Parts: sequence; structure tokens; C-alpha cells
Amino acid sequence: MAQPLAVQPSATPSLARSLIGMKAIMATSGVILFLFVVGHLLGNLKVFQGPEHFNAYAEGLRTVGAPFLGRGQLLWVVRVVLLFALGAHIWAAIAVTRASWRARPIGYQRLESTHTTYAARTMRWGGVIILLYVIYHLLDFTFGRVNPSFIPGDAYHNVVASFRLWPVSAFYGVAMVVVGLHVYHGVWSALQTLGLHRAPTERWRRGAAGVIAAAIVAGYVAIPAAVLAGWLR
Amino acid sequence: MKLTLHVWRQAGPSARGRFVRYDVPDGSPDMSFLELLDVLNQQLIARKEEPIAFDHDCREGICGACGMVINGRPHGPQRATTACQLHLRHFADGAEIWIEPWRARAFPIVKDLVVDRAAFDRIVQAGGFITARTGSAPEANSILVPKPAADLAMDAAACIGCGACVAACPNASAMLFVAAKVSHLGLLPQGQPERDARVMQLVAQMDAEGFGACSNHGECMAACPKEISIDFIARLNRDYIRGTFL
Repeated sequence: MAQPLAVQPSATPSLARSLIGMKAIMATSGVILFLFVVGHLLGNLKVFQGPEHFNAYAEGLRTVGAPFLGRGQLLWVVRVVLLFALGAHIWAAIAVTRASWRARPIGYQRLESTHTTYAARTMRWGGVIILLYVIYHLLDFTFGRVNPSFIPGDAYHNVVASFRLWPVSAFYGVAMVVVGLHVYHGVWSALQTLGLHRAPTERWRRGAAGVIAAAIVAGYVAIPAAVLAGWLR
Repeated sequence: MKLTLHVWRQAGPSARGRFVRYDVPDGSPDMSFLELLDVLNQQLIARKEEPIAFDHDCREGICGACGMVINGRPHGPQRATTACQLHLRHFADGAEIWIEPWRARAFPIVKDLVVDRAAFDRIVQAGGFITARTGSAPEANSILVPKPAADLAMDAAACIGCGACVAACPNASAMLFVAAKVSHLGLLPQGQPERDARVMQLVAQMDAEGFGACSNHGECMAACPKEISIDFIARLNRDYIRGTFL
């Protein structure tokens, strides 16, 4: 009782302090990472145009913006943005996950799910798998540490050399399926979290997210599949 | 009909709870689920045992007092139905039924199946109303409300605050409840002056109560006896982001 006439200007609102705000940060950083995943795929598919095109594209990533920007400058800007987005995404994920685990200290004997999806339920561990995969992926193709025969500047050679090994391709394939599930739930979920939603969106957002995720998985998996099939050599 | 119940018994807030098995030989398909518990409680009283505590009030599906997880589903397996309106005809003769309280840190167990849902009251007290004292009902046409907005506001206002959304959520999040409360005022002209402040305060209180975060599973919507849509959660998110930046 005697609640002072409620609605007063509240304490400084901060996105980083509320669960909805943290989700908004997760969604926004997720959109940035999603755009990278799409752009990276479009670039990677140039591998089907042959070594010259693909290596020229890889070189182009470093020279884009010339003569206004120096070599590699824009690439580093993008890398910093991506690292920042990745950090924010993981920080927000850990924060909301911890809040959610704390919110139900004693679990149910039995709780049946009726509406959720496999993709939604695997977001957390899927994210961990993707992070481990990205670390491996960078060691393979960027740093060349785990690549069987890394030649700096010859991206095409490095891709083929790595994917010729079937365990590498298999790991890549599994990781891409995990990425696809993450992207599927992430894309429609980000629309929800950012409130970018009007009545008709509900009907197509899940379908659209599914099509986008499937296209991403198919595009990425096509590369090691083509290497193993001997089309790319 | 014969039913086997496994009911969560817990003597008090800090007591250790456990499932206790009860055989009810004389259920009727026409009984509601709460009537089944009434019948069982009469037997327990006759045996000088402690009856099962559970919340109930109107028993016609509109007050939001009742609520328990029945076979892993808040309010049981029937869609858009509160536990009091769930009838035994939806169970097979000889069925085994597990009954648990809502489980969330913000809903501490009082006894058996009764949980303390005062967290919801505190959220509404934090600003889930319009502060202007309006006196008696004004002439209805003095403030025009578009029909679609009125309908949508009514859909949100259907929330009875039973807590099934929290119970069903894998994260024990109260987003659907808060979304309904924010939306039904935010959709109406009378709710506009305090719209931004309201959403900020309700959300701050929601977080303070220790509910989890929404990860868009949609379980709340499936469990809601009033079928409130997670579209309202998107609306809440939008209002919150709007309230933060604008």
C-alpha cells in the first residue's frame, strides 16, 4: 500500500543492466555476426571460380578501399567490429544464461516441451561448439598453424589442402549444421527480441529464417564436399 | 475411474519436499482436476493425514488462482484450460498423473502445490496501472479507440496472472506476463502518457524478482490458459528499447 503514485522516471535505464537490454545486445551483435556469415559465404563461393579468382578475392579483401585506405586497414576495421560483436554476444549470452539458471534452482521432475524447437534448445551449447570451431578455423586458414600445407597468400591451396582430409571436412560439416541451427533460431528470434515485429511477420519469419539457414549450410558445406569429390583440386 | 497420483508434498517453505503416491479409486470423468484433489483430500482427512494444499478460487477459469504442473504441463495437457477447468475425461482410466508446483526462484513454495506469486503483484505495483484518478466511467465515445487496438489490448488483458508462463518457461522468465501487462495499457490512448516509464519500471521489477531471460522458446504461449501470444513479448521488447533510447 501507499505506493507513491507509481510511474515516475525510473533510474537511468541501461541496456547492459536489464535482461531485455542484454537480449537486445545479443540480438544486435548477432545480426552483425550473421551479416559476416552471409558475406563470408558469398566470398568463399568464389572458390568455384578457380584459384585465380579466389586468391584475387582474398587479396582484394586486403586492398579494398585503396587508395584512400592503406593495405589491410579496412580488413582490420571489420575484424575489430567482429571481435567486438563476438565479445558482446558471448558476454550477453553468459549473463542471460546465468540469470535463467538462477531463476529455477529446483527443477521439475517432469516438464514437457510443446512449442520449442531443437534449434532453440541447443543455442547455448551450439554457441560453445561454434566458438571452438571458429578458433580451429582461424588456426587452419588464417594463422595456418593446423593447416597441412599452409602457403601464405594462396588461399585456394590452403582450402583444398585442408578439406582433402576427411576428418577436417567432417568437422567442418558438423560445425556448419550447428551454425545453421544457431542462425535459424537466431534470425527469427532477433526479430522478436528487437521488437521488429508486426502482425504479418509472425507468419513468415520462421519460414524465412529456415530458408536462410538452410541456404547458408548448403553453401558452406558445398566447398568441402566439392574438394572431397575431386571437383576442386 | 481409477487414477494413480504422484503429488509433490512439502510441509513448508524450507522443508524438504518429495512425491507421494496416492491411489484414487473413485474418480469420475465429469470431475474437474481440482475436484479430484478435493475427493483425495476428503480421504486424507478421513485417514487423519494432512490434506494437499493447493490454490483455487473461482473454479471457472477466470481468476488465475489455481495452477499446478500436471504431467509436465502447466495446467495439464488441455490447451487454453486452467487446472480447475481441466476435466478427468481427458485422462485414461488407470492413468498415472504427476502433480508438481510451479518451480521458479521468484515463486517460492509455501506448502505442497501452493506457491507465493506476490512477485507478480509487485511487478504490477511497480507501474502496471494508470495513475490518473478518473472517478466513475467516462462517456465511452469521448476517447476514441481504434477497433484493432481495442481487440489487441483485450487479448493482452485476458492475462489472469496465474503464472503458467513462468512455470512453462525453460528459463523461468516472466516476459509473457509483463508483456501482457505492458501491452494492454500501451495499446490504449489512456496508457500513452506513462507508457515509457511504465515499461522501464515493470521490467526493472521483473529483473529484481529474479525471473529468467526470454530465449524465445514459445513455451509460455503454449501453456497460457488464455492463449496470450508471444507477439506481445516483441511489443514489450520494442517498448523497452524505445523507452531506453527515445
